[in-house]
Amino acid sequence: MNMAATEKMTVIQAINSALAQEMERSKDVIVMGEDVGVDGGVFRATEGLYAKFGAGRVIDTPLAESAIAGTAIGMAAYGLRPVIEMQFDGFTYFALHQLILHAAKMRNRSRGRLTTPVVVRAPFGGGIRALELHCEPIEISFVNTAGIKVVCPSNPYDAKGLLAAAIRDPDPTLFLEPKRIYRAFKEEVPLEPYVVEMEKAKIQREGSDVTIISYGAMVRTCLQAAETLSKEVSCEVVDLRTLSPIDEKTILDSARKTGRVVIAHEAPKTGGLAGEIAAIIAEKAMMNLQAPIQRVTAPDTPVPLAKLEEFYLPDEFRIVKAARKAMTF
Amino acid sequence: MPIKTVAEFKVMHMQILDETGKADASLEPKLTPDQLKEMYRLMVLARAYDRKCMKLQRQGRMYTYIPVEGQEACQIGSIAALQKEDWMVPAFRETAAYIAKGIPLKTLCLYWMGNERGNSAPKDVNAFPVSIPVGSQMLHAVGIGWAAKLKGHKTLAITYFGDGATSEGDFYEAINFAGVFKTNTIFLCQNNGWAISVPRSKQTVAQTLAQKGIAAGITFLQVDGMDVLAVYKATLDAADRARRGEGPTLIECLTYRLGPHSTSDDPSKYRKAEETAEWQKKDPVERFKLYLRGKGIWTEEWEAKLQADSDAAIDAAVKDAEADNTPNLEDMFKYVYAQMPDSLKEQMEELKQTVEEKKNSE
Repeated sequence: MNMAATEKMTVIQAINSALAQEMERSKDVIVMGEDVGVDGGVFRATEGLYAKFGAGRVIDTPLAESAIAGTAIGMAAYGLRPVIEMQFDGFTYFALHQLILHAAKMRNRSRGRLTTPVVVRAPFGGGIRALELHCEPIEISFVNTAGIKVVCPSNPYDAKGLLAAAIRDPDPTLFLEPKRIYRAFKEEVPLEPYVVEMEKAKIQREGSDVTIISYGAMVRTCLQAAETLSKEVSCEVVDLRTLSPIDEKTILDSARKTGRVVIAHEAPKTGGLAGEIAAIIAEKAMMNLQAPIQRVTAPDTPVPLAKLEEFYLPDEFRIVKAARKAMTF
Repeated sequence: MPIKTVAEFKVMHMQILDETGKADASLEPKLTPDQLKEMYRLMVLARAYDRKCMKLQRQGRMYTYIPVEGQEACQIGSIAALQKEDWMVPAFRETAAYIAKGIPLKTLCLYWMGNERGNSAPKDVNAFPVSIPVGSQMLHAVGIGWAAKLKGHKTLAITYFGDGATSEGDFYEAINFAGVFKTNTIFLCQNNGWAISVPRSKQTVAQTLAQKGIAAGITFLQVDGMDVLAVYKATLDAADRARRGEGPTLIECLTYRLGPHSTSDDPSKYRKAEETAEWQKKDPVERFKLYLRGKGIWTEEWEAKLQADSDAAIDAAVKDAEADNTPNLEDMFKYVYAQMPDSLKEQMEELKQTVEEKKNSE
């Protein structure tokens, strides 16, 4: 693989590049959803695909999320690789029964006779002053569902490589795209197709005092917190990348090394992924801990409208505060 | 501007065999004696198997069972009109269709005996597993028929559902998508009068369920669901249309569930015995028998042989299923993902070890 040629891309450009290249790679890959064709998607993730691949492979569907997911299940069972777009994370709820009751379970229920390798792309998380119910923390419903994988990149390189991996994967995947960083920054991304292995977390910054674990847009906030703390505390930042199945080894190795753990996410506290990660560490690395595990999450409230969003979403200050608390225990 | 009519629709009803088994010659499908005999054989087998399952459940040898008695014509007539490569996407009352499609009786037994292996069709049988969430499966048949079309295949998918399912949102989404994308899909509604305890009249005030196709702009008709030839012809016509690229069809079959919804309810609580007795007179198996007798195909000796063969096949299947139904703990984990994640492997090993420890401690 020639990884030499790169180009500066945003997350949304990286996603677009993965979609185009996977569609070129296999005729079975099709894209469908609301406004994904002529319009190129409300966030422009599918821009240019309609012109390049035509209406037979880039399909503007009627407005019905359950039908988009349900028909994709039938298509996938027949041998296609549908990549479906939920226009906003909150609309995914209309398709929950199709994804949880059917897509996630088909392989198991049919003893491997039928599989449904559907990729569900959903703009994810808050921070863009969007309308009400456009920023729902949907991840835990799927993390708690066996049979569907959940992926959430934090940067352009991973966005392209993980999406390609999800499309080639034989199991269904929920691919969460942090909309706050769709266009927040650019990074060098290889022009050639490549995959980033799923189910593997990544150490985004090495450190020795505190482990900060996160995913999606929040990883960048954690990296900024680590930088702010760099003169007083050495922070290691773990980017989960795949939320389910989770990479326990990377989490535990880092927790054992530093002995202090902060877990940050945008979703509410109770029943959130931070609780699960804390439990994994408590079960397997408790004796390595030097301080209680700190959770930095949204409160157990509905996602507020834009005016209160900055207080709802964990920010750098709260992560810094939690890391200091772990250090001074 | 005067008010004017912009669209008009007619809801057609088709019956070929009347209750005495006499056929309307202008509509009678061209079936060979062998084809007719095979359809009747399957109806006899399905009915005998269904009754056996009810008994097995009462004896505690099966868990919940969902009987099909009364709806054999809908299911066997429709599968008979399709090709081997066509897909079947059922709800949960499609035992007769499964049998006609080629799912082994042993496999069906395993499902109702609580074993996932019973949801696995043989490789050469294109059938989806039982679908419990009412109405959710139709979309899968739209996806299959759509994918087939995109791949340039003539293959189609038929999906089965009841009158209750037409109240679900997914039903409307399914017929709408199928219409927009002209998918190779047949929607076969078995209007059996009852969604557990709620009568068809309380599902919708629409005069027919067939007319729901109007809103989606697709072809629709109503047929006598106790008449196997009418179901056969309606399905064959729908399949021909789909294979010609003319899109989906909604077929409403007027039928009746002669038994309970499942082994967990008592129909006397919600419907009158007289109603059931009236429908009993329309029994699809009896009616087809009268037709075959009129054609000189049915004889008492043949009937006796069919009954004996069915009983023998059913007894053998039940015996096989009961002998092969020991659960393997690993089976719970093996098919969740293509490759078992490490965390799941760990959970499996832990559970196996605990089960072993528990066994040793007893």
